[in-house]
Amino acid sequence: SDISILSLQIRFILLQNRQGKTRLAKYYVPLEESEKHKVEYEVHRLVVNRDSKFTNFVEFRTHKVIYRRYAGLFFSLCVDITDNELAYLECIHLFVEILDHFFSNVCELDLVFNFHKVYLILDEFILAGELQETSKRAIIERMSELEKLE
Amino acid sequence: MSGMRGLSVFISDIRNCQNKEAERLRVDKELGNIRTCFKNDKGLTPYKKKKYVWKMLYIHMLGYDVDFGHMEAVSLISAPKYPEKQVGYIVTSCLLNENHDFLRLAINAVRNDIIGRNETYQCLALTLVGNIGGREFAESLAPDVQKLLISSSCRPLVRKKAALCLLRLFRKNPDVVNADGWADRMAQLLDERDLGVLTSSMSLLVSLVSNDYEGYSSCLPKCVKILERLARNQDVPQEYTYYGIPSPWLQVKTMRALQYFPTIEDPSTRRSLFEVLQRILMGTDVVKNVNKNNASHAVLFEALSLVMHLNAEKEMMSQCVALLGKFISVREPNIRYLGLDCLPAVFVGELLICFMECVMCQMQRMFNRSSIRKNIMQYLSTAEFSMREELSLKAAILAEKFAPDLSWYVDVILQLIDNAGDFVSDDIWFRVVQFVTNNEDLQPYAASKVREYMDKIAIHETMVKVSAYILGEYGHLLARRPGCSARELFGILHEKLPTVSSPTIPLLLSTYAKLLMHAQPPDIELQKQIWNVFKKYESSIDVEIQQRAVEYFELSKKGAALMDVLAEMPKFPERQSSLIKKVEDVEDTADQSAIKLRAQQLPSNALVLADPQPVNGTPPPLKVPSISGIKVGISSNWLDHESASQTQSQPNGDLSKVQSQIPSADLLGEMVDPLAIEAPPVDMGSHQRVYREEDGIPDEVDGTAIVPIGDQANKVEPIGNITERFNALCLKDSGVLYEDPYIQIGVKAEWRGHHGRLVLFLGNKVTSPLTSVQALILPPAHLKLELSLVPDTIPPRAQVQCPLEVMNIRPSRDVAVLDFSYKFGTSMVSAKLRLPAVLNKFLQPLQLTSEEFFPQWRSLSGPPLKLQEVVRGVRPLSLSEMENLFNSFRVTICPGLDPNPNNLVASTTFYSENTRPMLCLARIETDPADRTQLRLTVASGDSTLTFELKEFIKEQLIAIPMGSRALVPAVPVPAAPLAQPPSPAVDANDPGAMLAGLL
Repeated sequence: SDISILSLQIRFILLQNRQGKTRLAKYYVPLEESEKHKVEYEVHRLVVNRDSKFTNFVEFRTHKVIYRRYAGLFFSLCVDITDNELAYLECIHLFVEILDHFFSNVCELDLVFNFHKVYLILDEFILAGELQETSKRAIIERMSELEKLE
Repeated sequence: MSGMRGLSVFISDIRNCQNKEAERLRVDKELGNIRTCFKNDKGLTPYKKKKYVWKMLYIHMLGYDVDFGHMEAVSLISAPKYPEKQVGYIVTSCLLNENHDFLRLAINAVRNDIIGRNETYQCLALTLVGNIGGREFAESLAPDVQKLLISSSCRPLVRKKAALCLLRLFRKNPDVVNADGWADRMAQLLDERDLGVLTSSMSLLVSLVSNDYEGYSSCLPKCVKILERLARNQDVPQEYTYYGIPSPWLQVKTMRALQYFPTIEDPSTRRSLFEVLQRILMGTDVVKNVNKNNASHAVLFEALSLVMHLNAEKEMMSQCVALLGKFISVREPNIRYLGLDCLPAVFVGELLICFMECVMCQMQRMFNRSSIRKNIMQYLSTAEFSMREELSLKAAILAEKFAPDLSWYVDVILQLIDNAGDFVSDDIWFRVVQFVTNNEDLQPYAASKVREYMDKIAIHETMVKVSAYILGEYGHLLARRPGCSARELFGILHEKLPTVSSPTIPLLLSTYAKLLMHAQPPDIELQKQIWNVFKKYESSIDVEIQQRAVEYFELSKKGAALMDVLAEMPKFPERQSSLIKKVEDVEDTADQSAIKLRAQQLPSNALVLADPQPVNGTPPPLKVPSISGIKVGISSNWLDHESASQTQSQPNGDLSKVQSQIPSADLLGEMVDPLAIEAPPVDMGSHQRVYREEDGIPDEVDGTAIVPIGDQANKVEPIGNITERFNALCLKDSGVLYEDPYIQIGVKAEWRGHHGRLVLFLGNKVTSPLTSVQALILPPAHLKLELSLVPDTIPPRAQVQCPLEVMNIRPSRDVAVLDFSYKFGTSMVSAKLRLPAVLNKFLQPLQLTSEEFFPQWRSLSGPPLKLQEVVRGVRPLSLSEMENLFNSFRVTICPGLDPNPNNLVASTTFYSENTRPMLCLARIETDPADRTQLRLTVASGDSTLTFELKEFIKEQLIAIPMGSRALVPAVPVPAAPLAQPPSPAVDANDPGAMLAGLL
């Protein structure tokens, strides 16, 4: 009776470095802690050694992971097997552009020390496993609104 | 949040920890501290609470269990001020999920924020519910969220969150949104101008129509309007265009929603939609910019999917097919894969039955255009290993479906076998045989075609099989042609016998028997030759071979009876293509496969219409003919990840994987480097080259492998560096071992357990024969080597294949040498060549998890089973380069097992007759301050193996040969200096060779 299996789009988002350290993990499906660790370990292993001449889509269990590498960081999205791969691939890039804009020339260290901000940005970008806002400007403006409140 | 110094200090502390233990200590200390503070709740300022909760989230992200403080996080939600409230919301949504009881405590506070007047609080609350809300939230909050979504006084900011929050609640309990009451509102929402709200609303709509498309039919024309607005770029603010494309995501979503409606009845809506789709199909070009390309093709693929779903007009369908042909020729792997993936989906889903004719013409034109066929073939040779078999199967199905005539089909499949034999499954050539058998006209043609292939120097075993079968059955039809007499056919087939594996031999024997039978008039000489072959195999250890040899021998003595028994094969019953069946079989194992869903559902749209909601609670079939088509090898269960991960690892040391491991720039560099936003897939290939220049050590260190006999007599110089060639072959399984102006010796090897089979290809490059050819093997004590007979003469421009069987008796690093000589004219040429039957060939890559690794590691304690050594004078390598090096000789690095990031642990299995499969473990502890030294520990269940493997690894790591060979116990020092295998340490030292090996 739970139709979420059919229509849920993004199941989780991971941001990991080459060594497998998680820099951001957001799950839109309820998973146990131990299961999350397993997922993070497996996804890292799946993407870290893939050649850039291969596709950016890898099957993962009964789903697929769309990933993209930026310098030493891997951004991975787990989506449904029938989902539009390229759309999610560019979704990753848009997210990176937003981070880059926000931190002006983002690097891994920015994401480590400001992990809380990254969560905030993500919440403006994706909600309930769906794209919420695709305007970079709208998100950046929202972030400065929020910063004024603190 | 700014100025939270405590948090930054804590993060710095963690980053400065030298190893995992130190990190754990620091984390434990912090957790203890937080726990104490939370206990004395009284004195805790909201600021402190906030700081501690952030720290908890950070610790959680590092992978530690945080089993307390949830209450504090949840309680911050009801804090009066924004900063604390915000932290409460965010941390709660990360630490808890819908199944946690604590969450229930927050329902009231959350509801108060949603119905309250503070917009910021509304946003926080909607976000929490959208991300982790469960059934209880759905029941108590849905009406409030709906109100916010349609409220005209709310900013778009709140409304878009409300839309997705409602989507979440609907997923948790579909009853909370009822089409009767909501469809009109939903349709109104689609008139929204703000594209943020529209994007979120469209996601909501997709979910709603997937559940009940009839209830939301009023939304259909609105979706078409939105698509028109976007595709024509009308009223789309600049900020919503992505690389010039009006929100590709909203376009994709809208088309996704449309695919849930089984058909579009209103003619004008249908017409408008087709106009837009036409525009998308025609207007998408391949451009240089990766992002633009991806985005436009995301839209294009969705449009293709929609067109196919709608059973569009013929012209449009043929446009689609033409487009798919175009994708295949795109260089970019993602798009190319999706294009290829989509092609067979067209047939398997039988979506196009009514349009088959038109598509066929189109396809035929396309497939006939050799450029596209070439593209597919080329792609096969560069495609990822696991994909190739799937792709070749698809190509074969394509050919079958769209073959203009059967001879064309035979051509294509033979070409496929020739180009990508390794990935052509038996089903494919069985199908060719079936066609040929059932079509008399085709038989002489097929026989002459395979006869042509038999003239090629090296042909794939599958080609041998299909040729043997066809020539046995129909070779006699060619009898009058030159080079096609029974005797000649036998000669050319029998040449291949030494190179084939044992399952193919019985097939060849049957062919010989048939050739013999068909030889008219009877050929006594041929009979003698074939009987000799049968005699030879009468004592084969393979039962199948033995039985056939005996039976055919006896039968062929009986003359007439032979004719009956070996009569031509009868026609095969016409049935479904075994290839298509194979695709379907594979799909049946993939539970969620889109294709399977489609196959069940598409031929019967009417049925779906009549009964949209299946009984007994099974989820309704997804009515999306997604373009992403077949996925062979998807494990059927979300939990069944073993098989999924296995498909990733290649048996037998797949070198393309090694190559894929990119040496990284130093770690700190990566940490502060900007994320290379302009060019995402960073090409690190140049690092290798840099390394090569820096460490370039002249590679003629070891030229002793070739030793001229009789000094001056030998004026023939080898082409290329023999050492380099040997080194390369140590890391891969086929390539050139030796070459001079007259001869080229190639090697192709297969390794299975402690057995190996090397085929030496001796190719005469010139137009006069090479005589007095001699090949002697100087075997080391630990290898059993058996070289088949080498002919005395190699005819002009001919290639002779000499299989060499190898068996590994025990672990040793000694190397076998091939003493090879021949005469060209009057000059004698001789070379001593090391054979790449080296220790690492008997290793099988093996990756262990920590649960597997550590118990073994502990159980092997101390010498002689576990040996440790501090190795100095190591060639400086970064950790990732070292990982590559290890993986390249099949000692598999197990990432993440060693808590200290400066260490590597690795595992592999060694095979020899004495040891049987033996697990080997290794640990390398590096010193980041001094990369020229490291501590190496090797363990296995056999002391000789441990020692040999340790020495082997050392040799790979060290720059200067240690000259320690004489110290090796139990290995006699070879008497002849020539047979002394040069230390592989030299090899590893030669970056050129190493690169060659990696490539």
